[in-house]
Amino acid sequence: MSLTTRSAAELAGLLSRREVSAEEVTAAHLDRIAAVDGDVHAFLYVDGDRALSLAKTIDARRAAGEKLGPLAGVPVGVKDVFTYAGAPTTCGSRILEGWIPPYTSTIVQRLLDGGMIPLGKTNMDEFAMGSSTENSGYGATHNPWDLDRIPGGSGGGSAAALAAYEAPLTVGSDTGGSIRQPASVTGTVGIKPTYGGTSRYGLVAMASSLDTPGPCGRTVLDAALLHEAIAGYDARDSTSIDAPVPDVVGAASSADVRGMRIGVVRELGGEGYAPGVEQRFDEAVALLQDAGAEVVEVSCPHFEYALAAYYLIMPSEVSSNLARFDAMRYGLRIGDDGTRSAEEVMALTRGQGFGDEVKRRIIIGTYALSSGYYDAYYGSAQKVRTLITRDFDKAFEVADVLVSPTTPTTAFRMGERVDDPLSMYKADLCTIPSNLAGNCAGSFPVGLAPEDGLPVGFQVMAPPLADDRLYRVGAALERLLPNQLGALGALPGSLAAKEAVR
Amino acid sequence: MTDELMDFREALAKYDPVLGLEVHVELNTNSKMFCGCSTEFGAEPNTQTCPVCLGLPGSLPVVNGKAVESAMRIGLALGCQIAPWCRFARKNYFYPDMTKDFQTSQYDEPIAFDGSVTIEVDGVEYVIPIERAHMEEDAGKLLHVGGATGRIQGAEYSLIDYNRAGVPLIEIVTKPIRGTREKAPEVAKAYVSFLRDMLRSLGVSDVRMEQGSLRCDANVSLMPRGETELGTRTETKNVNSLRSISEALRYEIQRQAAVLSSGGRIVQETRHWHEDGGYTSPGRNKEQAEDYRYFPEPDLVPIAPSPEWVEALRGTLPEMPSLRTKRLQADWGFTDREFGDIMAGSALDVIEDTVAAGASPASARKWWLTELARRANETGLELTDLAITPVQVAALQKLVEAGTINDKLARQVIEGVLAGEGEPDEVVRSRGLAVVSDSGALEAAVDRAIAADPDAAQKIRDGKVQAAGALIGAVMKEMRGQADAAAVRALLLERLS
Repeated sequence: MSLTTRSAAELAGLLSRREVSAEEVTAAHLDRIAAVDGDVHAFLYVDGDRALSLAKTIDARRAAGEKLGPLAGVPVGVKDVFTYAGAPTTCGSRILEGWIPPYTSTIVQRLLDGGMIPLGKTNMDEFAMGSSTENSGYGATHNPWDLDRIPGGSGGGSAAALAAYEAPLTVGSDTGGSIRQPASVTGTVGIKPTYGGTSRYGLVAMASSLDTPGPCGRTVLDAALLHEAIAGYDARDSTSIDAPVPDVVGAASSADVRGMRIGVVRELGGEGYAPGVEQRFDEAVALLQDAGAEVVEVSCPHFEYALAAYYLIMPSEVSSNLARFDAMRYGLRIGDDGTRSAEEVMALTRGQGFGDEVKRRIIIGTYALSSGYYDAYYGSAQKVRTLITRDFDKAFEVADVLVSPTTPTTAFRMGERVDDPLSMYKADLCTIPSNLAGNCAGSFPVGLAPEDGLPVGFQVMAPPLADDRLYRVGAALERLLPNQLGALGALPGSLAAKEAVR
Repeated sequence: MTDELMDFREALAKYDPVLGLEVHVELNTNSKMFCGCSTEFGAEPNTQTCPVCLGLPGSLPVVNGKAVESAMRIGLALGCQIAPWCRFARKNYFYPDMTKDFQTSQYDEPIAFDGSVTIEVDGVEYVIPIERAHMEEDAGKLLHVGGATGRIQGAEYSLIDYNRAGVPLIEIVTKPIRGTREKAPEVAKAYVSFLRDMLRSLGVSDVRMEQGSLRCDANVSLMPRGETELGTRTETKNVNSLRSISEALRYEIQRQAAVLSSGGRIVQETRHWHEDGGYTSPGRNKEQAEDYRYFPEPDLVPIAPSPEWVEALRGTLPEMPSLRTKRLQADWGFTDREFGDIMAGSALDVIEDTVAAGASPASARKWWLTELARRANETGLELTDLAITPVQVAALQKLVEAGTINDKLARQVIEGVLAGEGEPDEVVRSRGLAVVSDSGALEAAVDRAIAADPDAAQKIRDGKVQAAGALIGAVMKEMRGQADAAAVRALLLERLS
């Protein structure tokens, strides 16, 4: 069995028993990236030399008998939205081309503190705006299950890197579903922790009140191990929660759902949902019930307005957060030929440096915040946000977790929705409510849709700071659905076909 | 300068001025509002910066607790209510001195609101209503190079120093101030002077107008006498001294009166005060009101000071300047005029400290307002920046009262102390400045003076004691000032009786 098809937990075991070195594991993954990333394009930047050098350091420390973190020596891919001193950070945008941050985000620092090996930066929709990674300024990422299909977004690079076995773990960020929806369509695990449970320091902001860094893996335990490594209070992020990290690793190991009350959200299903998605979802719910969980139906009547509220709050924050990309201090600068004013250079740079979706959201947000419209748009959206939070509160009185499909369909074809923003936005219909309310949620693979043979994701939502419940349910599903995607280690769909030909 | 101006008295006969003052105070916290960078003034450009105050992508602000405390103390001192819950807001606009292209400020939820202070001008009290005091961050500093005026118009390029970006600011905004009539310019000046004293006594700011740690934007509008509807205002910036405040307002009142009385209308705009020429010129036109798209800062959590904290801070407030000045004037027994000189000379604190160190109020006032004020003026320093302390001034006065030195020698002692030669008694020793008490040398000098001017000596013998002055002068000259004039006089009269 090749090193790249192992789970992170398995690699950690091999490493700690010194059956394999971090250098070998890292080199294997770098080789894998070199072999397949031309087709997948999951990575924007591969930090090979530094990764190997870090791996050697870990091997030396281990050889010296030093006590290392549980994932020490395990490689990890980092979404290009996190700063890592010395590595280019573009957020998938041309406007940041060439910017090398002088400082390291808290998330990446915790990876390094845990001895993990950052392999490089993974592709994403520009400034995390999109559900297909087609909005990247550096070319789209392809879904390893079918290279003509999207890997989800915005974190398509992080999800595809897992599915193509280019990395055993990746970190992502989730503002409206950017971790969960890619996990769903690539058959991987993606968790959006409780807002404030993971630090945003060094995460280039899209929408500050929604952005949440989180772990991605191929197994539930892997995601839990990474979650434990990156989560927890950070004094540099004022919105960080000063509370212990829930025992996510314990929950992922126990997988016990007996007596757990599972609430199926009535509003997240029905019209617009693919039959195969609904079928696999229903089967998974039935399996949980068989395993001793109590299944109830809950109603969250205001979820209907979540998408509308999200597309006012998020762009409003975007319009302000993305103002700083003005060509004055870093990144792209266009038209600075000595004849133009600072204002003209700013306008030219922003005009050429940002893509259409980013501009669309800046314009919407600028409008929503402008005087005379603020109350009607931003103000009303905040009220809806409160109502959605109350829907969750009420639902969590009768259920320990809520469940739904992660996204209404399986991976759609590349190009299919690029000219239809509204249909693209609908990919996040089920994931957005948890961002608005700030609770935690995760996506777990529950098999392939019969009609197209593509992965289906099952979303679990839990109250704030009850992240462990996600892992308990996810791990139960993983056990109840053995080999739901074929044996772990087999290559997914089209990438396998392509490699067979090679 | 081409503005038509109406005579000030004529303008006041026709119009009532209404003032509005916005004062920005840089707090003297060691670190910036949202990061740990130093706030020290005068460092090399861009050396006091970090990812947070440079607004680098991904960086996040963390509120400086000390700044919040200072803001609350200022609010309490202004008689404001302290908000039990408030937030920061983003003020969005593009400008190269703004690292994030938004300023983290407060908008509709200021930390302090609804206060008032009472000031006095020429014996009349004026109540200045305070709308709000809120927290915000300063911007970087632009240096426009290549233009004639140092302003952006005509400049070839501009340099940016972000050391100031993120320095904590408190903005104190008055409500419209009515009914000040012809005293409007002086009321504005007195209010800012009051704020300066108050902020200094709170210890929250260096309050140096020349360094920009206290900045005032002066708004004024005119309405025809007897009307109550506010006219269109202008906002004058670059008012960098107390004197400029009254002068700029006086100018704007005269200019607006001329425009209005000739049938014109006032354009709502920002104007720029030219200290050298003594005039204002138009700056940014605010007719198309800028839309700052304020919204609550999502990167920060609300501030909710507990009532206990507020009350604890209230307990730390020093005596308010107006009460304090009244008390000190009564204690020291100065006339209004004598005391007014002290206030005008910003010498209240140093005199108070000198008195506390044992000097009489009169002597403390004398030293600080004459010799020391002169030296401060010559070197362009504040009294507090002179290299002599109130304790040293009190020690100097003790030496005078003990007869060790006279006033003239004392000035040389001051020179020595300022030159870093040590404490006053050390300077007296090292420079050999003590009054000559060797009676033999003194008597010989007196005899020589009498011999040199027999006419004057005869007059004294005839009872014309005022003639002694010339002989005393001669003796003092011979003794190079190092004699006690009273002793010389006594000796002379004794010899010539």
